[in-house]
Amino acid sequence: MSDSMRTPLARVRGLGSAQSGAGHWWRQRLTALALLVLGPWFVVLTLGLSHAGYAEAHATLAQPLDALLMIAFTAVMFWHAQLGLQVVVEDYVHTRWFALTLQIVIKFLAVLGALACALAVLRIALGS
Amino acid sequence: MASTGRPLSPHLGIYRWQAQMVSSILHRATGIALAAGSLLVVAGLLTLAAGPAPFAAFGAFCASPPGRLLLLGWTWALAYHLLNGVRHLLQDAGLGHAVTAFVRNSWLAVIGSLLLTVLVWAWVLSGGGA
Repeated sequence: MSDSMRTPLARVRGLGSAQSGAGHWWRQRLTALALLVLGPWFVVLTLGLSHAGYAEAHATLAQPLDALLMIAFTAVMFWHAQLGLQVVVEDYVHTRWFALTLQIVIKFLAVLGALACALAVLRIALGS
Repeated sequence: MASTGRPLSPHLGIYRWQAQMVSSILHRATGIALAAGSLLVVAGLLTLAAGPAPFAAFGAFCASPPGRLLLLGWTWALAYHLLNGVRHLLQDAGLGHAVTAFVRNSWLAVIGSLLLTVLVWAWVLSGGGA
């Protein structure tokens, strides 16, 4: 017998801890910390451009630092959103197939969203 | 429910509303709202990359009444999620766990977020609109 309190049946069914909770917790905090800096940067940039036209907005995002930070902001934002929505689904959606479907859809959409933003910024920064 | 005199687990139908509950529920609600709002960021960047005409259409949507309402809601959601997120990070670091500090900081996040929203929109509107 192992020193685990779990029964062999529970073990073979894969019940119990997935051993990945701490990783999720830590990534959620790390992305939160990054967004603490990138979020206000995004708000200030957006407010500065709120009265600007296409040309000025395009020129601003074409600058290397702004392009870099925008890609970082959108990537981390979608990562953080996926981590948060994952917990919401885990807590409130109790129909197994529906919960799993939602988790997959959310992950796919988050990756698509981050890629779309990165491609858009690259096109702006590197010229179309 | 049988009255056993034992402590009950949190249940919305039994518990009196308190700052601890409100701040927690609002954090999740604003998080979900912001996840939906991220689509507006995608739309803004994609239209900016696509050219002047699509970006003008995006700007027109943002300036329209429903667009304004969404932006106002997201401004508050971001302000609250940000401030309350700082509160959570501080709690993760072991700070602010006393009940008095917990309640005070919850209210700070709520009132601070409203203040930030007013400041941001005062700036936007004083500049002649988005």
